[in-house]
Amino acid sequence: MIAASFLLIALAQGAGADSTVLVWGGDAEGGAPFVEADPANPSRVRGFDVEIAERIARGLGRRSARFIQVQWSSIDQSVERGDFDIGMSGVEDTPARRAQHAVTLPYFEFREVLAVRPQDQGRIQGLADLRGHRVATLGATIAYDILLAARDSTGLIPVSYDDDVHPYTDLLSGRVDAVLLDHIIAQRALRRLGGAAFVILPREAATGHYVGVLARTNPALRDSVDAALREAMGDGSLEQILRRWDVWDASQGALFERVLRGAAMTQAARAPATAIAAYLPSLARAAAVTLAVSFLSMALAVLVGLGLASARVYGAAWLRAAATIYVEVVRGTPLLLQLFVIYYGLAAVVRLPAFLAAVLALGLNYAAYEAEIYRGALQAVSKAQLEAARTLGFSEMQILRLIRGPQALRFALAPMTNDFVALLKDSALVSVITVVELTKQTSIFATNVGSWVIPGVLCAVVYLAMSLPLARLARRLERRWGGNAA
Amino acid sequence: MSAILNIEGLRICYEGRDVLKDLSLEVSGGEIVALMGPSGVGKSTALRAVAALQAFDEGRIVVDGFTLLPGPVQPESRLVPLRRSVGFVFQAHALFEHLTARENVTLALRHVWKKNPVEADQTATRLLEALDVAPRAAAWPRQLSGGEAQRVAIARALAPDPRLLLMDEPTAALDPARRSALSATLRNLAAQGRALLVATHDADFARAADRVVTLPSGR
Repeated sequence: MIAASFLLIALAQGAGADSTVLVWGGDAEGGAPFVEADPANPSRVRGFDVEIAERIARGLGRRSARFIQVQWSSIDQSVERGDFDIGMSGVEDTPARRAQHAVTLPYFEFREVLAVRPQDQGRIQGLADLRGHRVATLGATIAYDILLAARDSTGLIPVSYDDDVHPYTDLLSGRVDAVLLDHIIAQRALRRLGGAAFVILPREAATGHYVGVLARTNPALRDSVDAALREAMGDGSLEQILRRWDVWDASQGALFERVLRGAAMTQAARAPATAIAAYLPSLARAAAVTLAVSFLSMALAVLVGLGLASARVYGAAWLRAAATIYVEVVRGTPLLLQLFVIYYGLAAVVRLPAFLAAVLALGLNYAAYEAEIYRGALQAVSKAQLEAARTLGFSEMQILRLIRGPQALRFALAPMTNDFVALLKDSALVSVITVVELTKQTSIFATNVGSWVIPGVLCAVVYLAMSLPLARLARRLERRWGGNAA
Repeated sequence: MSAILNIEGLRICYEGRDVLKDLSLEVSGGEIVALMGPSGVGKSTALRAVAALQAFDEGRIVVDGFTLLPGPVQPESRLVPLRRSVGFVFQAHALFEHLTARENVTLALRHVWKKNPVEADQTATRLLEALDVAPRAAAWPRQLSGGEAQRVAIARALAPDPRLLLMDEPTAALDPARRSALSATLRNLAAQGRALLVATHDADFARAADRVVTLPSGR
């Protein structure tokens, strides 16, 4: 018992315990040139952020730098938790981040650039030309804030993604009309998709900087990191790293000069209001999206579920087998996979809008569960009653409509309501295919204000406000009908 | 009086074993016939075959001019004349649990026999009163006693005014006082010209019948 406690404490302190190693966090899913798994040895990472972390470690007199994988949107929360000393993989310099955490000097200047399809090049020169068009970017970034501000001023439609690969493939497939992202991300996408796949517009929408982020309580280490960065800028080692990864340009030289001179940094233009009040409208909008997705999905699930259950109870052998296979396959595979298959996998055949794909995936998934509820409920009506109905002359259809169906509905009601509440919460998954619903909006909100406390509580309150009345309704219906059905 | 039910040489096999063999009987209007024998000799099976709930392998069943032959049970659409002629009271009553006693009686009248609601209600009231269960018309099946549930089930079976009434073990859930009351009820129904075939293993009750057909055990 005591030994186990010591082991737990040792594990808990793992990250910060060894002072000879700089532990840094980043997201290798972001890929090159920031951080990516080394193709030669996938257990290692490479990229300019990796080399900069190693350079900082040397400057701090540490023996080495150790990488910890963390989801990009969680870097701030993770560093405050003490999972690692410093977070850096394309971490943007924003006023909110500076207010909430200890942030290093900027070490790279990026430009927010627009990418459009080649044939739109003449028509679109900037955000102002995108009224009514869908513009993609990574959620919870400066670029996303720029798009939100532009939604109000120019009337474009921001579309938020969880990764920086699909915005460009969706640009080519026509799901979005432009992508606003950091210039090195745009250039990388252009290399990957072939040089003529899309066009990067020359005029930047804004400039910003990459920084390292440390826990608020750790300004001393931040100051040491700043000193190490200055040293790397001064001795040319940082320039060498950036050149090696082919991301060096004149603006980096100018940035280094300003940093070494101690000049104040320009900050990227962004939506100024991060106050809670300013977020309430988007929270309400996201809650509406959650409700719409949930209600439509449930309606689809009920319809398809009824069909499947009827096939399993009344169908011929082949129909029963087909329905059983559907139910088992859908229940046996992750909803997340089904979302990806319907949105991205089917894109070559049919290009579904994100909202429709979300409703289809959730609805078809829940249909399998509904089908099992209805099948059980239909079979729970006693065989003797069905035979009595036959001797009275009812047709099969009439038996289903007048005797079996009404009783089955009462058996099915409580589990159906439970499923609907579960669906309401599972609808958060559809954010992976760019639908900004309540949880996604909360996560964006949390990243912007640098804390999960208030956004988390607000989000929970909204979910409860939606699910508790449903649970109450179910209990009431059960009380009213339960008495003569059971 | 001519027979309403005529069974000739009925044989029913189940998994290669004879459940019922060579059963022949007739029931005429105004007559109560008791089908006797210990549990498991095929009394219920015979009733189910007459009601076309069960296929049979050999023989012939004629109900009020409608003939059933060996082979699979026919689709309901071809059985409409049979359904009009035969009422069935199940051992477990099998009342529709989501409907009140009155609604159990009116449902088939309205949806199968297309009576208007007022007419169906009047028929239900008359039957429930005749069976002495009218005060329980608004009760749900689970609120009824065994005897009350049985009388509602009889009312439901009688609603379309069938010429033949089949009853499976009607005394199973009744106390002795109720048994003699039931005998009187059945006697009344027969007096109205109906044919009654009652499967029972209750020898006392069978004495109320006009005739007893005993199925041999040990097949």
